[in-house]
Amino acid sequence: MTATAPVPRLIEQFEHGLDAPICLTWELTYACNLSCVHCLSSSGKRDPRELSTQQCKDIIDELERMQVFYVNIGGGEPTVRSDFWELVDYATEHHVGVKFSTNGVRIDEAVAAKLAASDYVDVQISLDGATAEINDAVRGPGSFAMAIRALENLKEAGFKDAKISVVVTRHNVDQLDDFKALADNYGATLRITRLRPSGRGADVWDDLHPTAEQQVQLYNWLVAKGERVLTGDSFFHLSGLGEPGALAGLNLCGAGRVVCLIDPVGDVYACPFAIHERFLAGNILSDTGFGAGFQNVWQNAPLFRELREPQSAGACGSCGHYDSCRGGCMAAKFFTGLPMDGPDPECVQGFGEPALAQDRDKPKSHLDHSRSGGRKGPVPLKLLAMPAKAPQKFCNESPV
Amino acid sequence: MAFDPDRGWQLHHQVAVRPEPFGALLYHFGTRKLSFLKNRIIVEIVNSLADHPDVRSACRAAGIDDDQQGPYLHAFGVLVQSKMLIPVDQNSPEGSTAS
Repeated sequence: MTATAPVPRLIEQFEHGLDAPICLTWELTYACNLSCVHCLSSSGKRDPRELSTQQCKDIIDELERMQVFYVNIGGGEPTVRSDFWELVDYATEHHVGVKFSTNGVRIDEAVAAKLAASDYVDVQISLDGATAEINDAVRGPGSFAMAIRALENLKEAGFKDAKISVVVTRHNVDQLDDFKALADNYGATLRITRLRPSGRGADVWDDLHPTAEQQVQLYNWLVAKGERVLTGDSFFHLSGLGEPGALAGLNLCGAGRVVCLIDPVGDVYACPFAIHERFLAGNILSDTGFGAGFQNVWQNAPLFRELREPQSAGACGSCGHYDSCRGGCMAAKFFTGLPMDGPDPECVQGFGEPALAQDRDKPKSHLDHSRSGGRKGPVPLKLLAMPAKAPQKFCNESPV
Repeated sequence: MAFDPDRGWQLHHQVAVRPEPFGALLYHFGTRKLSFLKNRIIVEIVNSLADHPDVRSACRAAGIDDDQQGPYLHAFGVLVQSKMLIPVDQNSPEGSTAS
């Protein structure tokens, strides 16, 4: 046997960070035709500083050099950028695969046909209820019909294996079988992820996050029926409910280690659920002490270096389940006002509940692109028309 | 597709290899699946497949004798199942070193 230095376990390698992210989320725009109550990025209005087409292409060039295999593009609603398809084509021509999240607004028959012709583009349609009633309460009137029409167009065009992306809430957790049936009906794959208290999600989390009983229900459903369901490793906080390894995935917080977020103005955050100054690593366009460009931010930003250091188990250190859940989700703790070195707010051992019952100071993000006046039904797309000479923009969400 | 270590295999043309300190990441643009090569020897073997008529001789060339090849052949079997590796006579109309 050839002698080689022992290689640390894979999960330890990941904890120390990789030279480039495995999975990168890029929110192309804060503009959105919807106003979902739980929007992670508090989207609505376009940011006037949005990256130009050329700036986006420069970032794609850099991702190609770093061999970032694919980006998860979202927003806002990324397809409302007038250069969206140009950027998708540019990325795939440069060996950066694209998975984009959309509410379906622009997926008409022609677009569906174009998508069906590409091997390198994956489409994820967001849906938060298997019925219009439950979906539209969260995503807005008409949004269920819009998503279903997009799925129908994709199916008709012969697009293979679209994703239906569901954020699990108190109100749709009983519909998991229905979502699966819906996905099967459209030849799609179901993807379910965790509700995070990020962005506008902070305002509704208390009322929408699954109850303790529902967390167990969700876990059991995943173990029994989750084999062909994607989760983005979203539910690693549940892994203490059963045998280690019962849930597929890395069971590791990848923030700043294997994932990160680029926002529409080129700011880089540790993860898609952490749009807050505390998790802002740097900006791609400006040199704030460690060089400009994405690679410099990824490799040298002090925040990312800090996140790649061993993290303290803190109050969870004496818990026998720490090795499974590793204290849960950093963003979930932060935005619910819990200590970062304590239990996840949805800790399955029940340690989150007393912590939530105490006085908490919930940090507000410095960014909010919500339209004022709240939601009054679907927003006419003409509101999204860009002012003349506006800079171009682009971006969305999804972890490992 | 059953894995036969006594024949030639190659990476699918839609698979990209990204070197990492622990080994390498593999990504298949067609299936959109990610795999990990968890040590540097298997990376060396994967990268040298084209220079050998079959997988066993690629292993030997990397210093892995026949009686030690079990874990490596198992890993290659997994890569074949996930379509990361395909037989040399597919996907290489220009011919190759094998057969």
